Amino acid sequence: MLGRLTLDALPSEPITIGGAVMMTLSFLGIVGLLLYFKKTKWLWKNWLTSLDHKKIGVMYIVVAVVMLLRGVADAAMMRTQQALAADAPGIVHSDMFQQVFSAHGTIMIFFVAMGLMFGIINLILPLQIGARDVAFPFLNSVSFWLFVAGMVLINISLVIGEFSTAGWLAYPPLSGLEYSPGVGVDYWIWALQIAGIGSLLSGVNFFVTIIKKRAPGMTMMKMPMFTWSVLITMVMILFAFPILTATLAMLALDRTMGMHFFTSSFGGNPMMYINLIWAWGHPEVYILILPAFGMFSEIVPVFTRKRLFGYASMAFALGSIAFLSFIVWLHHFFTMGAGANVNAFFGIMTMIIAIPTGVKVFNWLFTMFRGRITFTTPMVWFMGFIFTFTIGGLTGVLLAVPAIDFQMHNSLFLVAHFHNMIIGGVVFGYFAGLAYWFPKITGFKLNDQLGKAAAWCWVIGFAVAFVPLYILGMMGATRRLDHYAVSTGWQPLFVIAAFGGLIIMTGICLQILQLVHGIWFRKRNLDKTGDPWDGRTLEWSTTSPAPFYNFATIPKIHSRDEFWERKQSNSRQPKHEYQDIHLPKNTGLGIMIAAMSLIFGFAIVWHIWWLAVVSLFVAIALLLVRFSDDDTEYVVTAEDLAKLEGSRRYA
Amino acid sequence: MNKVMEMQRKDDSPLFGLWVYLMTDGMLFASLFATFAVLRNSTFGGPSGAELFSLSFALLETLILLTSSFTIGIAMWFAHQRDVRAVLFWVGLTFILGALFLSMELQEFSHLVQEGQSWRQSAFLSSFFTLVGTHGLHIIAGLVWCAFVVLQIMHKGLDGIRMKRLAMLAMFWHFLDVIWIFIFSIVYLLGGIT
Amino acid sequence: MKKRLKIVLPIIFSLGIVVVFGIFLRGRDIAVIHPAGTVAERQKDLLIFATLLGMVVIIPVFAMTIFFAWRYREGNKKANYQPEWSSNNLLEFIWWGIPIIIILILSVVTWQSSHELDPYRPLESEKKPVTIQVVALQWKWLFIYPEQDIATVNLAQFPEDTPVNFEITSDAPMNSFWIPKLGGQVYAMNGMVTKLHLQADEVGEYEGVSANISGEGFAGMKFVAKASSQTEFEEWVKAAKHSGNKLTLDEYDKLTKPSKSNPAALYSLAVDNLRDSILDKYMRHNSDKESKSQNMEQINKHEMHH
Repeated sequence: MLGRLTLDALPSEPITIGGAVMMTLSFLGIVGLLLYFKKTKWLWKNWLTSLDHKKIGVMYIVVAVVMLLRGVADAAMMRTQQALAADAPGIVHSDMFQQVFSAHGTIMIFFVAMGLMFGIINLILPLQIGARDVAFPFLNSVSFWLFVAGMVLINISLVIGEFSTAGWLAYPPLSGLEYSPGVGVDYWIWALQIAGIGSLLSGVNFFVTIIKKRAPGMTMMKMPMFTWSVLITMVMILFAFPILTATLAMLALDRTMGMHFFTSSFGGNPMMYINLIWAWGHPEVYILILPAFGMFSEIVPVFTRKRLFGYASMAFALGSIAFLSFIVWLHHFFTMGAGANVNAFFGIMTMIIAIPTGVKVFNWLFTMFRGRITFTTPMVWFMGFIFTFTIGGLTGVLLAVPAIDFQMHNSLFLVAHFHNMIIGGVVFGYFAGLAYWFPKITGFKLNDQLGKAAAWCWVIGFAVAFVPLYILGMMGATRRLDHYAVSTGWQPLFVIAAFGGLIIMTGICLQILQLVHGIWFRKRNLDKTGDPWDGRTLEWSTTSPAPFYNFATIPKIHSRDEFWERKQSNSRQPKHEYQDIHLPKNTGLGIMIAAMSLIFGFAIVWHIWWLAVVSLFVAIALLLVRFSDDDTEYVVTAEDLAKLEGSRRYA
Repeated sequence: MNKVMEMQRKDDSPLFGLWVYLMTDGMLFASLFATFAVLRNSTFGGPSGAELFSLSFALLETLILLTSSFTIGIAMWFAHQRDVRAVLFWVGLTFILGALFLSMELQEFSHLVQEGQSWRQSAFLSSFFTLVGTHGLHIIAGLVWCAFVVLQIMHKGLDGIRMKRLAMLAMFWHFLDVIWIFIFSIVYLLGGIT
Repeated sequence: MKKRLKIVLPIIFSLGIVVVFGIFLRGRDIAVIHPAGTVAERQKDLLIFATLLGMVVIIPVFAMTIFFAWRYREGNKKANYQPEWSSNNLLEFIWWGIPIIIILILSVVTWQSSHELDPYRPLESEKKPVTIQVVALQWKWLFIYPEQDIATVNLAQFPEDTPVNFEITSDAPMNSFWIPKLGGQVYAMNGMVTKLHLQADEVGEYEGVSANISGEGFAGMKFVAKASSQTEFEEWVKAAKHSGNKLTLDEYDKLTKPSKSNPAALYSLAVDNLRDSILDKYMRHNSDKESKSQNMEQINKHEMHH
């Protein structure tokens, strides 16, 4: 009846019990609070069932930030363990340690970085291209809830059963049934599969949105650079994510149906898995970084009060980075023993990526040149980004030389390198973006001093935490060690790294403080103009936060920095007659379909076949219910619109 | 209300969106094809494709699926003529041909399993069952869609929304046909030769 | 004053980090920087060359960032302000051009070094190389010396200044075979043989590790790579042969059982072609053994170059 799910699946060790209890309590706590304040109905009507891209964006960010805290907790455990475990047991045993680092990587990439990315894209992109919503609002809701379903599944593994111990990419044969018979890898597979399909659908959605929904006059070469970056990112998602879906499906078939794609016997080929997963995985890291590039390309011109330097070059660089990212995957395993020709080819392709990336850096710098720079929080993140990211780029080029990689591969040098790119690039970029667009999202500004202090903590903490890892890597310390010998002489460096982690955590505390402070004093810091930074692009031309219909009349575009030009020439958009507008109605079907996929995933993890079949059928039925409903939109009449516009605060 | 539907009809985003989605589905199949290409000789001592598959059977399957693509094309033509009954007939015929194709695919599968050549036997068979099976799953989705469109047209007539849904179904169905051509050539034809 | 501090402090901080780590690392043994083998030596040179080449871009970028940030700060009204200036073909040409030249240089170096330091390429030497067959087990390393008829666990001894041909496979999840002091690593995988050619230039005991996670006991999967004089090596071989421990198939099966942090052990080899029978575990058993292992070489080659 319940497959392989028994009471033994509940946690039995202090640290796992602690985690499980905390997880359960916080869930119950939230539900309890909602019931106590009678907010469940409000939450359901205004948020969970909403198809408004802005609300979906906010929900993405909330989920991602919560997951960030969990990922950071995992990181803290790893740093503590390694600081202590020189010929000593540390705080967790090896099996637990391996679950922790597997969860850390998986959560940070899939549920933090991807979540923040889609959150910001949802919030800003339609506003930036002058659209009322995305192309497919219902699909957007389904994507978001699939992302949540994956997130929930990975967190259930903390309470029921165990998580994967095979690392964030779960190489077979270790992740195969022979060496990982438990449910851990299955949790990993299905959490990623469900969230990954959500990302793929989002990719389709935003690609079509940018192609079809741009305001009249916005030609490709008049799109803001962030829009460009999102467009190219979505193309990459469309090509890369199906590979992930197929690869995960094959690993799942190996594990649940007894197939032999990646088993070491019966003709299976584990090396093929490594090829396939990186054919997705390498583009994936560029999928994360390109939107961050786009955000900086918005932020730098605004805070230097100057046009973006080399627009065409910037767009071309984005495109070439995207293209190249698909032909470099083999550099993740030079050590597999492919011939020198193959290794050299992939190494050189990898280095070539440094060229367009370098050009982007120079273009940002020359946007600053002859500007008027104000060092607000987003700009401090940018400065931190330039320094850390360039260093990361250098170490990346080093690793791209196969002969050097043989000495660095899978060492902490590699770990330091990719954190250099992901923290220094992706995280700093997204935090800069959040700081920049925060007033647009919420209608009030955050304290700049706290924001800057947090950014400094991150930059300094990063250096203190990861420079030791570079050195450790060169001393021969490999990644994922739950203990090591004192005689290696590594311990002092691990202690310094842990201290760096502490500085980063101080930064996070400051960010939380900044948020609380901001909400507490929001009345004092209201953004009444809708344009707090003297912005250049369309999203700043509407109020903060934007009304549910975004724009009363769809703007006409004449130049790249449309809003800036308008302000310069003091021209207002000609007053159009208002027209009826059509907006999507709320629906709970998205969340219900995702709930079914969550049950489906859970059922397969535990081999509860009947439940899997039932949930699949219900999901399909719900989809058909949606398609049977022709009445999915509502109308805001021109008259109502005029009234609404009249009551809005306009500058 | 009418105006909303009119707006929806004019908006070609859904068709374009489906087209984009099908491209990603193509990528999915490309991954499976690549896997099959790598593993097709990994029979682990078992029989190869040439010994297992019947080319004439696969050819018959191909003909049936091609015909179904043709019939849905005719359905589209009648849809533009606003001939509801003819549309229903031809979509229905497509459904029947699709179901026939699916049953043949299942028959082939059960035949192999009964012969002791299931997906558990070798990497080659795993990749075969997965590649062809994934196409089969798509056919099932197409059949559900067919049935749904037929019911909807019977219920609500051939209005703008239904026209669009029908066009999307046709696009999906042609896509399945294209994928099958690849499967037929790579799995059965090439596999049969070597 | 405060403004100046804002610029000076980060610079002092960065320099501080460099100095602190510099002092800390003085006299410390950093495997990759202080190699003891021919291959690792070349890899170190390459690392330093590529780093210096990278500095050609890094240093101007850092200098420009600091200078622009200071010069064009909002408070400095004296600075030139050109809000519309947004393209300059010459400048763009320069910063497309310089990285291209640098990468071009590095590409040539990469191509040459990839071939020269290809782990599959035997090292040139007048001495006859020692062949060691490496098998990754859960969670220990088995070293088979087919020419000497001995085997060891977690200890690989070989003569100094003599090329060592490691032939690596796995009877466990994938591992990576790495002796940082001697040179780069290669994966150990089921049912196939990868190759690594190394040579120790000095007598000494070097740390060997698995660099790829392979399950619970992975962190303890260490071995000692001991380079000794030729005579000492020969004596050691004799000692192993007469140690009384025989590595039979039964004994090997015991070794394949998961165990953590195994001490070093010596065996005399009591079974022929042990490595090939390990490889055969992952192939069809009932077919002809010899043709199989030949096939396998081909399959390996084919798949790797795929």
